Amino acid sequence: MTPVIDLRGITKTYGGGDTEVQALRGIDLTIERGDYVAIMGASGSGKSTLMNIIGALDVATSGHYSLDGIGIDDLDESALSIVRNRKIGFIFQSFNLIPRTTALSNVELPLVYRGVRRRERRARAVEALTAVGLADRMHHMPNELSGGQQQRVAVARALVAEPSLLLADEPTGNLDSRSTRDVLDLMGALHAQGRTIVMITHEDDVAAASGRIVTLIDGQVSDDRRTHA
Amino acid sequence: MNILETIRIGLQGIAANKLRSGLTMLGILIGVAAVIVLMAIGNGASVAVTSSIEALGTNTLTIRPGSLSSSDDAARTQFKDLTVDDAVALVDPVLAANVVSATPVVSAAVTCTYEGSSYATSLTGTWPSYFSASNSQVDAGTPLTSDDVVNSRRSIVLGQTVISALFGDTDPLGRTVTCAGVPFAVVGTIEEKGSSGFLDADDVAVAPLSTVQSSITGYGSLDSILVQASSSETSSAAESEVTAILDQRHGTISEDTRDFQVLNQAALISTIQDTIGIFTVLLGAVAAISLLVGGIGITNIMLVTVTERTREIGIRKAIGARKSAILTQFLIEAMVLSVIGGGIGVLLALLVTRISVAGVTPVVVPASVVGAFVVSVSIGLFFGSYPANRAASLRPIEALRHE
Ligand SMILES: Nc1ncnc2c1ncn2[C@@H]1O[C@H](COP(=O)(O)OP(=O)(O)OP(=O)(O)O)[C@@H](O)[C@H]1O
Ligand SMILES: [Mg+2]
Repeated sequence: MTPVIDLRGITKTYGGGDTEVQALRGIDLTIERGDYVAIMGASGSGKSTLMNIIGALDVATSGHYSLDGIGIDDLDESALSIVRNRKIGFIFQSFNLIPRTTALSNVELPLVYRGVRRRERRARAVEALTAVGLADRMHHMPNELSGGQQQRVAVARALVAEPSLLLADEPTGNLDSRSTRDVLDLMGALHAQGRTIVMITHEDDVAAASGRIVTLIDGQVSDDRRTHA
Repeated sequence: MNILETIRIGLQGIAANKLRSGLTMLGILIGVAAVIVLMAIGNGASVAVTSSIEALGTNTLTIRPGSLSSSDDAARTQFKDLTVDDAVALVDPVLAANVVSATPVVSAAVTCTYEGSSYATSLTGTWPSYFSASNSQVDAGTPLTSDDVVNSRRSIVLGQTVISALFGDTDPLGRTVTCAGVPFAVVGTIEEKGSSGFLDADDVAVAPLSTVQSSITGYGSLDSILVQASSSETSSAAESEVTAILDQRHGTISEDTRDFQVLNQAALISTIQDTIGIFTVLLGAVAAISLLVGGIGITNIMLVTVTERTREIGIRKAIGARKSAILTQFLIEAMVLSVIGGGIGVLLALLVTRISVAGVTPVVVPASVVGAFVVSVSIGLFFGSYPANRAASLRPIEALRHE
């Protein structure tokens, strides 16, 4: 079976000349369908950079990346936007909901860009919001929701389009322990349903929820192990 | 991603910042309204002046004695008078095919009185053809007849201004007015023509030429000959014909020594229209500049909007919005601002142009309405496309990192 993510010799260099930063120095990584992977590492080790490349938000300086067997390296911007829309659900540390737009509309948005009809779109968004326990907050604006609730809306938005891959960059970084629990439980449930999840975290107990921990040091994979068999 | 969805997203963007959207629309609104209103005022002025000149007849030529060009006194002494014979000679089916009638006119400044009220006006001594040549309709009583002229009757036909000054509400027909000491019987009244501010076409009193000459002015030169051409189109041809005939009769050697002038009403109208046209274009240009400024306002606002919403653009791109979707969203925002602003501007202009300004009733130029609206929408497209394109071309990660 083709892996969901297949990274070969990925490097990323920011800037040039004196200010050149080598954020990634040759990453090889394969993630199978149904895996739940935590990426750890010190600040500045290149976790977010790697995640943005995996999420097709940014392109690698060199190396090869295929997602679901599709070579991402030589896709143009328009094709990339389709990949982002169909294959990837992204969850950010800072929630990144669209302001002045209801939770429901936020969750509908990936389906809008996919061209799903209004009625079906609405039904699926309601379903996703119900799944994250926010059925009663659908018509609230992001600024009327707590951080934990906003992140759950973001999770609903990430999974509404049923992507092959769920990416989360420190999803619990801005949350208290109770909300962290909620979000991790959601991730666990999604993993149990067979989804592939890649999550960046700083916290060991958050990482413990996953099945595999990849540690980065200075833009290279230093450790890659399974937590439970 | 269908277009209706994109429009909906665009409208949400506008609604999210009502004050700013409103002010932007105001810029376009004022520009569009200014173009339409100023053009309408210019056009209205032109229509008013034209119609007041047309009231005098567009197919008439006025011949006056004297010369514009010659200031030479020696030449002046050789000037011949304009005579009734000149007028008669101008009606010639062969030499002047386009001339319908030629009417001798003398005028005298007189004071007319009726039962204690008095009014200073200009008394015109002329022939019956005067009425059709000067486009004057007699609405009560009768016009002058050849009989009146042949018998030097003391009959008079009055314009509305004279009538209201002398008679007030009394019916003037059959009553006797005294002008320059001579009693005249009022036989008719001339239909109101309306005044155009600088020219009161109703301030007239018309009596037979023979009567006025014998009892008031004497038998000197005519003040003018009113020539009626067959139509306003032929008035230029008629002008050359009468000029040729009079040149021959008066022995004109060169244009410099010509002892009469021919004034062509149609030519006068087109001169005045040209002049007003220039002013209208100038007004329009000023207004167009304000429209342009409105357009720059849209660009500015769209730039601010795009900068302010860069993060939002990043989020949309991260969840799969294509470049075209972002581009359309922002273009639609710009278009809607300019369409609504322009639309309200048109409505406002149509309202404002119902009001008369400084005696001029604005007449809306339909092309200016269509033009201003089309221009305002194009401005929205043109000026909105730069910021919209900038927004759409952002790489998702750059947009997301924007603070
Ligand atoms: N846009 C950028 N321009 C220049 N350098 C960058 C840029 N983004 C990241 N870097 C650099 O690349 C390196 C890796 O950054 P990255 O954001 O991937 O770290 P991280 O592991 O996510 O850190 P943290 O845990 O603090 O989020 C850092 O040294 C950072 O300074
Ligand atoms: Mg990071």
